[in-house]
Amino acid sequence: MTTDTSTKGTPGGTPSRETVLDARGVTMRFGGLTAVRGVDLTVNSGEIVGLIGPNGAGKTTFFNCLTGLYIPTEGEVRYRGRVLPPKSFKVTAAGIARTFQNIRLFSNMTVLENVLVGRHTRTREGFWSAVLRGPGFHRAEAASRERAGELLAFVGLAHKADHLARNLPYGEQRKLEIARALASEPGLLLLDEPTAGMNPQETRATEELVFAIRDRGIAVLVIEHDMRFIFNLCDRVAVLVQGEKLIEGDSATVQGDERVVAAYLGEPFENAPGAEELAEVEAAEAHAGATPTDPAATKENDR
Amino acid sequence: MTTQTTPQKPSGAPAAPDTGLIGIPPHLARALATGGGLLTVLSTFLAWTWTTAFPGNLTVYGYPGGLQVLVLVGGALTALLGLASYGVGGLRRLTPAGADPAVKFAALGTFATTWYTVLAISYQLGGLVNLEPGGWVAAATTLLTLLGALALPYRKPEPDPVDPDSTSWERTRHRLAHAGQTVRAAYAEILIIVGIMALALTVFTYGIGTEYDELFVGFLLTAGLGFAALHRAGLIAHASQITARHQNITICGAFVAAALFPFTQTDDQYATIGVYILIFATVALGLNIVVGLAGLLDLGYVAFLGVGAYAASLVSGSPSSPLDLHLPFWATVLVGAAASLVFGVLIGAPTLRLRGDYLAIVTLGFGEIFRITVNNLDGTSGPDVTNGSNGISSIPNLKIFGWDLGAEHTVAGFTIGRFANYFFLMLLITAVVVLVFRRSGDSRIGRAWVAIREDETAALAMGINGFRVKLIAFAVGASLAGLAGTVQAHVTYTVTPEQYLFAGTIPPNSAFLLAAVVLGGMGTIGGPLIGAALLFLIPNKLQFLGDYQLFAFGLALILLMRFRPEGLIPNRRRQLEFHEEADAPAVLGKTGA
Repeated sequence: MTTDTSTKGTPGGTPSRETVLDARGVTMRFGGLTAVRGVDLTVNSGEIVGLIGPNGAGKTTFFNCLTGLYIPTEGEVRYRGRVLPPKSFKVTAAGIARTFQNIRLFSNMTVLENVLVGRHTRTREGFWSAVLRGPGFHRAEAASRERAGELLAFVGLAHKADHLARNLPYGEQRKLEIARALASEPGLLLLDEPTAGMNPQETRATEELVFAIRDRGIAVLVIEHDMRFIFNLCDRVAVLVQGEKLIEGDSATVQGDERVVAAYLGEPFENAPGAEELAEVEAAEAHAGATPTDPAATKENDR
Repeated sequence: MTTQTTPQKPSGAPAAPDTGLIGIPPHLARALATGGGLLTVLSTFLAWTWTTAFPGNLTVYGYPGGLQVLVLVGGALTALLGLASYGVGGLRRLTPAGADPAVKFAALGTFATTWYTVLAISYQLGGLVNLEPGGWVAAATTLLTLLGALALPYRKPEPDPVDPDSTSWERTRHRLAHAGQTVRAAYAEILIIVGIMALALTVFTYGIGTEYDELFVGFLLTAGLGFAALHRAGLIAHASQITARHQNITICGAFVAAALFPFTQTDDQYATIGVYILIFATVALGLNIVVGLAGLLDLGYVAFLGVGAYAASLVSGSPSSPLDLHLPFWATVLVGAAASLVFGVLIGAPTLRLRGDYLAIVTLGFGEIFRITVNNLDGTSGPDVTNGSNGISSIPNLKIFGWDLGAEHTVAGFTIGRFANYFFLMLLITAVVVLVFRRSGDSRIGRAWVAIREDETAALAMGINGFRVKLIAFAVGASLAGLAGTVQAHVTYTVTPEQYLFAGTIPPNSAFLLAAVVLGGMGTIGGPLIGAALLFLIPNKLQFLGDYQLFAFGLALILLMRFRPEGLIPNRRRQLEFHEEADAPAVLGKTGA
């Protein structure tokens, strides 16, 4: 259960591995505070990369540097060899889409409309086209709707297309956010704590969804606190502590690293290392899964 | 919310001793309300007072007049709903959401109108002596009706269940009704829409044509509470469902009804009000793009109307215009819209980069700057462009394809006066604005507007160029106002700075425009149009309130926001919101930023 090698590595094994994201020496200072210091990170196509670290380590700041919300004080971020533009909408147009740590859907729009908004950068119809409604407009609109419907089916929300986003349960809102991000046809998807507040079943479903996204040829960079989720999912994991990258490597390397354990993961219980504790946790989770408690309790965000 | 209680009580309801406000047994109360409604109808055929001096002519036996007509309508509605509450075949259809609450409102409306009339008569003419027996009868019957209606139980005893073990006959009937519905649906619904439009036109025409204040107050009471009654009966929801299904037909129908309005008038007096309402409503609809769709609070919107009007008047060939130009109408329209567009972009470009309240402050400032600047461009304080506070006067009438809009024409026996001409022209402009609103709202750009309104950060992260999209909304809103301004300049003959205030008692001003949008319903087409019509008509007809006019206006706003916060015509999204809450209880997505 710790390493799911069967699903991992297969699609990434192709020889033509293009570097999708290349962050070099990214430093972000807010006044005197250095939130991120000299972080290098690369993401290759067909790869799922994890970013972990304690709260306040600068993960989200680094994320914001990648998406154009912040402009790094030093260093540069390249997407497919080109330096990212300094505006977040241009970054999305270039091919990086993201989700948010706290869900930020357009809550009074329907599920379908949310995804259609995601199509914004891939369509060109402006004001005049909307008013005059030529054949091009109808064609583009139909294409957008078809594509949005596909994406909703992909994440499993097709039957709720006409619901308001605000009325979806928590887990489905997360899914919708991912669908909306996918609608912009990204080459790289950034997920900011996609399983925060989810119960184990929902987490597992998200895991499968991320694999499915990777199988569509989209590279994924994911921030997460759920270690089992991260180590199951990711080809590589980078650890950020106090704004600096401590280590980067595959799951085993990171889990074995003393510094990571000291700074973030913490020591296992003294007399019950590894497998036993894990079994215990799993049993507890299985129990929790068998008797579905009030989902609202688990949905409460830990922040 | 009320519907949630019904499924929990499947069969216990009939025995439940629900009582009303007054301790009369329900069957007696029902009879009282229904019979009272009928008697009220009869009472309107009696004379209520002896003199024709005050409120109109209520002295005739045999047929009702003036306020009596309103009472007649109210009484008939009460009786009808009362009969429906008995489950009389055919009438049940009238009240999909239960008849009793509707009866209450209808009875209250009738009671209020009657007692208002009776009290006004005895107050104005000096004593109860002035009431004829008819007045007494009317007062008594409406009181009895109201008592009966109030004594009705709060909830209808039988919740009209879909009985699983009903007889085969009933099920067949149900199926037949369903089949009939599908066949009838298309035509019947269109006919219903036509009926709704005709009713709306009648009500509006009646309201606009009320000759004296008391009649208008009575009209407001009857129409307002009657509307509430129909709403409680579920008819309004039913009607809005039908109109939503046939949106194009509804819009066309509304325009046809509006276009018929001048033909219902014998002189030009009320067409004047019609034109002003249309100008006001069109500008409000333009503002709805900015406020309702894109969520940008614009407190100086009337200035764009002013820019359009001034631009049009400068090129209109008016003798007081410094430019010696007389452009044809199409060019005038282009000039007016373009001038407003330019100002919209000039104001928007620096401020739309900011978020939140800054825009409101800057637009508020722009509105005032526009007015004061125009006031000062009089040749003494500045260059002579706008003639200062005298404004640009004697703007010539428009001529379109040889059709002189200033002259009277006779078409098929109907006399079309000057204001009726402009009414038609303005209706055309309104149609353009409706078209722009509808089409842009339901498109990539419209979705981007709504997304920006909902969550700007997320919208940016989805690749929407927030500044550009907001600027488009602002510019479109400004040029639509300018479009209306070009016609306004010609309708009013004179353009002065004082027409474009932030707040005042005469409607086209920024505060009233915003109020029309909010009252009517943000993000809808019908909302601002109806809101603007009400906001224009009510101050216009309630002149007798004098200094209390704004006070009454404020009171009305508070009441409306308390009881119908989503506006008179709620947005589809809001409707969906209410609708969804019933069947999707797990709403946990309220994560704060």
